[in-house]
Amino acid sequence: MQLTGAEIVIRCLQEENVDYVFGYPGGSVLYIYDELFKQDKIKHVLVRHEQAAVHAADAYSRSSNKMGVCMVTSGPGVTNAVTGIATAYMDSIPMVVLTGQVPTHYIGEDAFQECDTVGITRPCVKHNFLVKDVRDLAVTLKKAFYLAKTGRPGPVLVDIPKDITTHKCAFEYPKSIEMRSYNPVVKGHPGQIKKAVQLILDAKRPLIYAGGGVILSNSSSGLIKLAHLLGFPVTNTLMGLGGYPSTDGQFLGMLGMHGTYEANMAMQTADLIVAVGARFDDRVIGNQVHFASVPRKIIHIDIDPSSISKRVKVEVPIVGDVGEVLEELCKQLSAHKDKPEPKALAAWWKDIDAWRSKKSLKYKQGKEIIMPQYVVEKLYEITGGDAFITSDVGQHQMWAAQYYKFDKPRRWINSGGLGTMGVGLPYAMGVKLANPKATVACITGEGSIQMNIQELSTAKQFRLPIKIINLNNRYLGMVRQWQEMFHGNRYAESYVDALPDFVKLAEAYGHVGMKIERPADVEPALREAFTKHKNDLVFMDFMTDQTANVYPMVAAGKGLSEMILAEDL
Amino acid sequence: MRHIISILLENEAGALSRVCGLFSARGYNIESLTVAPTEDPSLSRMTIVTTGSDAIIEQITKQLNKLIEVVKVVDLSEAPHIERELMLVKVRAVGKDREEMKRIADIFRGRIIDVTETAYVIELTGNGSKLDAFIEATDRSLILETVRTGVSGIGRGDRILKV
Ligand SMILES: Cc1ncc(C[n+]2csc(CCOP(=O)(O)OP(=O)(O)O)c2C)c(N)n1
Repeated sequence: MQLTGAEIVIRCLQEENVDYVFGYPGGSVLYIYDELFKQDKIKHVLVRHEQAAVHAADAYSRSSNKMGVCMVTSGPGVTNAVTGIATAYMDSIPMVVLTGQVPTHYIGEDAFQECDTVGITRPCVKHNFLVKDVRDLAVTLKKAFYLAKTGRPGPVLVDIPKDITTHKCAFEYPKSIEMRSYNPVVKGHPGQIKKAVQLILDAKRPLIYAGGGVILSNSSSGLIKLAHLLGFPVTNTLMGLGGYPSTDGQFLGMLGMHGTYEANMAMQTADLIVAVGARFDDRVIGNQVHFASVPRKIIHIDIDPSSISKRVKVEVPIVGDVGEVLEELCKQLSAHKDKPEPKALAAWWKDIDAWRSKKSLKYKQGKEIIMPQYVVEKLYEITGGDAFITSDVGQHQMWAAQYYKFDKPRRWINSGGLGTMGVGLPYAMGVKLANPKATVACITGEGSIQMNIQELSTAKQFRLPIKIINLNNRYLGMVRQWQEMFHGNRYAESYVDALPDFVKLAEAYGHVGMKIERPADVEPALREAFTKHKNDLVFMDFMTDQTANVYPMVAAGKGLSEMILAEDL
Repeated sequence: MRHIISILLENEAGALSRVCGLFSARGYNIESLTVAPTEDPSLSRMTIVTTGSDAIIEQITKQLNKLIEVVKVVDLSEAPHIERELMLVKVRAVGKDREEMKRIADIFRGRIIDVTETAYVIELTGNGSKLDAFIEATDRSLILETVRTGVSGIGRGDRILKV
């Protein structure tokens, strides 16, 4: 039987067991929307701005390990989506983006709503395709799903001209895909693993440094197994939080620019770093040269060879799926007659405990002004540490990462690589749809939330009872913090004047709004939101300390151990 | 250091721009780039001449390998290899210069492939420095136009880049 291109698109999505498509219609995708309308297997979530469609699909994927799919129209639909695509790309999130294109015979003529989608998105996708023949459509979509989720994952875009959606051909969905040019390595090289085992056994001051790769490869259990087997301390990157339980005694907290004192000191002074699905980026190790000035050995496990030896020299590179490599390491280490020297390890833990005793995350909550950290701590308590937390970008993001102790993977959803303000609310929508039973909260700031505030309307339409925790400091806080610290207190354009009344705004969209101004009200308000208003979206506008800064802090360009601590001030 | 990178890639629309885009996005430089289909028309072979430290060249090869359409990447300069470039030069050829240009072309083992009353087109192949030397040896005022293909390279002996 002959199917139209539009029918083929829907059939392919069904074959891939896609539950949700996040999108926004327009001229070039009308035939596809028509086919969506005629079936009820795939649900469509109509956002209010294409950027949000991509973020929601991205978070759907991050929080569930199911493929996030979004669809936008040509031209402005695509350009609106670019921020979302780049955000997912930077964090290696598997996602399939379908875009409409003007009919093939119009391409290149500056047609209405034409843009060079493949060209615009090329640097921010894992791969993209322009379908020029309906007979290629099914194979291309199959490839898109395959590429997005294998190897180092990432967004894959398929650009579909309008005429292709009306052309007909026989439909057959390929069972599997073979590409001679694409064969990601899964198993770690045995010789390298052997070398790694020896380095691990010889280490005196070891540290396991784990990133988002642990979460993407679903290998949290392998990481825990390795850490417990060895008794080594563990630190997580911002993207890795939840990959190792934060409440575990071997956990040192997050490292990096706003990492804990103990995590950063351990990273700087360890004699062996076992890097697992992490990439030593600038927000993690600070100044490269300063970091390299200390002798140490590094074992680096990553699916992407280009992440290895990019910013630091590595003794033992192991290319492969993090989960597979961790399993193999555990197997060989358990079977080995030697163990890491307990005395050395005990001395190392003594150093770590001394760093821990600095309590680098402590802060003071007085009676008058709400401290943002306090709100996150209370949120943690009231949700039993079991919520899915999305965040936007800024100080609130760092406080969320520091004070909400994630014990499970895929619970902490934020834009680490691109640092995109405006992700928080659409992320929460994607998370809630992927995890309908879960408690979902979005920790945000009054700057970020306004970047996709229109999604309050989508949340209403789809009845998504998200709890928005707005840490309202009346500043673009992170910008203000840098201006205070590095620009002589000149707060150029970092004060957000003329803020809306968020309570009324929430109500106008049909939600519940709360304004919380006193520390004593924080806990009761949160309780009310999570019990009485369990089934509502609640916008909680917390008036927080305007002068609060995020500490510890490694200033840009400084070495990892050159931290500014709250107590130094 | 100068490196010659050979790439086998799917002969598909857009593959070339992915390679070029990679170089510009990551700030690598391209001295020259040549590309054409191979004996298997589904594959293209590309030669890129670039410069960079060992670390940068390592990144370049890794990043190239990461491109979905790239099938194989080899740094030719790691081992014995041959490089050749083709240049076409249009020169003024009147009066005594006519004889002189013929003589220089012969010295460089160039071939005159087009002749008019006033001009020659000379075809030269060799490595880059030979072509440079030809330009150096020729009176600049006689050179009307030049076009160079950029370097193509191949490994010596048993080194084979094939699928
Ligand atoms: C789209 C985008 N624009 C600009 C920035 C730069 N930026 C980083 S943090 C920040 C301030 C965020 O303010 P707010 O959302 O109120 O959070 P706070 O830092 O006050 O917690 C800005 C402007 C960004 N990350 N993303």
